[in-house]
Amino acid sequence: MNPAEIENIRSQFPILAEKIYNKPLIYFDNAATTQKPQAVLDKINYGYKHLNANIHRGVHYLSQQATEAHEAARKFIAEYINASSSDEIIFTRGTTEAINLVAFSLGECTCQEGDEIVISAMEHHSNIVPWQMLCERKGLKLHIIPINEKGELLLDEYEKLLTERTKLVAVTHVSNVFGTVNPVKEIIATAHVKNIPVLIDGAQALPHLKIDVQDLDADFYVFSGHKVYAPTGIGVFYGKRAWLEKLPPYQGGGEMIQNVSFEKTTYNELPFKFEAGTPDYIGSTALAEALKYVQNIGIEKIADYEHELTEYATKRLLEIDGMRIIGTADHKSSVISFLVGEIHPYDIGMLLDKLGIAVRTGHHCAQPLIDQLGIPGTVRASFAFYNTKEEIDTFIEALKKVVAMLS
Amino acid sequence: MTINEIQDQIISEFNQFDDWMDKYALLIDLGNALEPLDEKHKTPQNIIEGCQSRVWLNAELVDGKVVFEGESDAILVKGIVALLIQVLSGQTPDDIVNTDLYFVKKIGLQEHLSPTRSNGLLAMVKQMKMYALVFKMKQG
Repeated sequence: MNPAEIENIRSQFPILAEKIYNKPLIYFDNAATTQKPQAVLDKINYGYKHLNANIHRGVHYLSQQATEAHEAARKFIAEYINASSSDEIIFTRGTTEAINLVAFSLGECTCQEGDEIVISAMEHHSNIVPWQMLCERKGLKLHIIPINEKGELLLDEYEKLLTERTKLVAVTHVSNVFGTVNPVKEIIATAHVKNIPVLIDGAQALPHLKIDVQDLDADFYVFSGHKVYAPTGIGVFYGKRAWLEKLPPYQGGGEMIQNVSFEKTTYNELPFKFEAGTPDYIGSTALAEALKYVQNIGIEKIADYEHELTEYATKRLLEIDGMRIIGTADHKSSVISFLVGEIHPYDIGMLLDKLGIAVRTGHHCAQPLIDQLGIPGTVRASFAFYNTKEEIDTFIEALKKVVAMLS
Repeated sequence: MTINEIQDQIISEFNQFDDWMDKYALLIDLGNALEPLDEKHKTPQNIIEGCQSRVWLNAELVDGKVVFEGESDAILVKGIVALLIQVLSGQTPDDIVNTDLYFVKKIGLQEHLSPTRSNGLLAMVKQMKMYALVFKMKQG
């Protein structure tokens, strides 16, 4: 992307013009959440101004219009990730809710005491805790795929963990701590040899990679809207139709039913069976709008530019004495975790904040991983396509100043 | 000195600087100068777990005064721990329970004590008052 294109993109994200402590905001916390372009903000505004009526059950005009917009969003998202049908797209509040849904419904459907779930050492808490809760509830065992010193999964060890008792493999597509892009297609193929279904946590992948759920052959693929320039509170649970038909509903309520009597309730067809309560039809349309925005720029173009930013930032970070990059996988997304000497990440983050630079510090909701590395946490800079090399230069100068103060 | 006299002294010390960088440099100096907490006091009971950094706090009642010692793994947090100890250690339980720690806001460090920072400091202040309250009740 050339500077004029980037400048144009930046002008479409109103928050990037904000000042923090009288300094221009430099936002390098994109792996936590992304900023929203004007088109997405307009879509939300338009929805409440012109399209607001409860969907699916209304006979009146506005309800029909809102229903159509919501279902058109579902269809667009299905095409965006190449699902075979929009019935396979379930709206959730986000990645966390989607994983909890699978942990509950799969747990009720296929899991018996003594069965096993396989996750990896680099999972976010939201892809650890729901499985621990399932293990607790049903007496299952959790097995962990180990990693090497670069922050890559050990695939040989992974294969050894798969047994006839393994009911599911749940791994992240991209690590939120290391930025490692995991070979999920291979991971899925390995599990499928033993007929084990696989769930992929795509929260960190959607903003940076082209996702084709059929090509990956993922049984379940989940992601959050807010990490891909859409609002908070909306996310997607993709499941292969055969699985969605087999799994029992997660929550009960309106929308998900066909017939209710006090004797017996029958459930609605897909995808509504998994969508109890009034859906977030404003969020769904805004999510589709965000994905359209990404599509218009082009995900490959975004990935190339973000790669360029990450390479540049890595090179410049290594100018600093005592710099330790945590996570040096061969295939990385635009996330850099680091430590400088013995300086605590909190100190670096607090002082960078005073200079107008937003980074993340701490364990990034991956406490078992951070404990395993024997570090107190990391400082994490994560980039989006609206970031620039000039911002990285400012960040490096600020970091040098901060490190000098703390050394 | 009374708690408020110490607070006022800290305020004037910090307020000689206009630039936040200088204030933070002073805080870092204070953190570096804080006596390390004796390893025997770094017990699980004395730990105040923040999401970002951890704080250790030890309290004893000596001749009717509460003696606080503490430490943190983050230097900025340690600097604030040093200030809190400077203000509250060696005071009576009654004075500690009734004190208003206005110096934090006056020197522009209130953000470190905000519940959203999750550095353990807010919990530490509560814990210091709690110790004082327990000592006060024990004294009858």
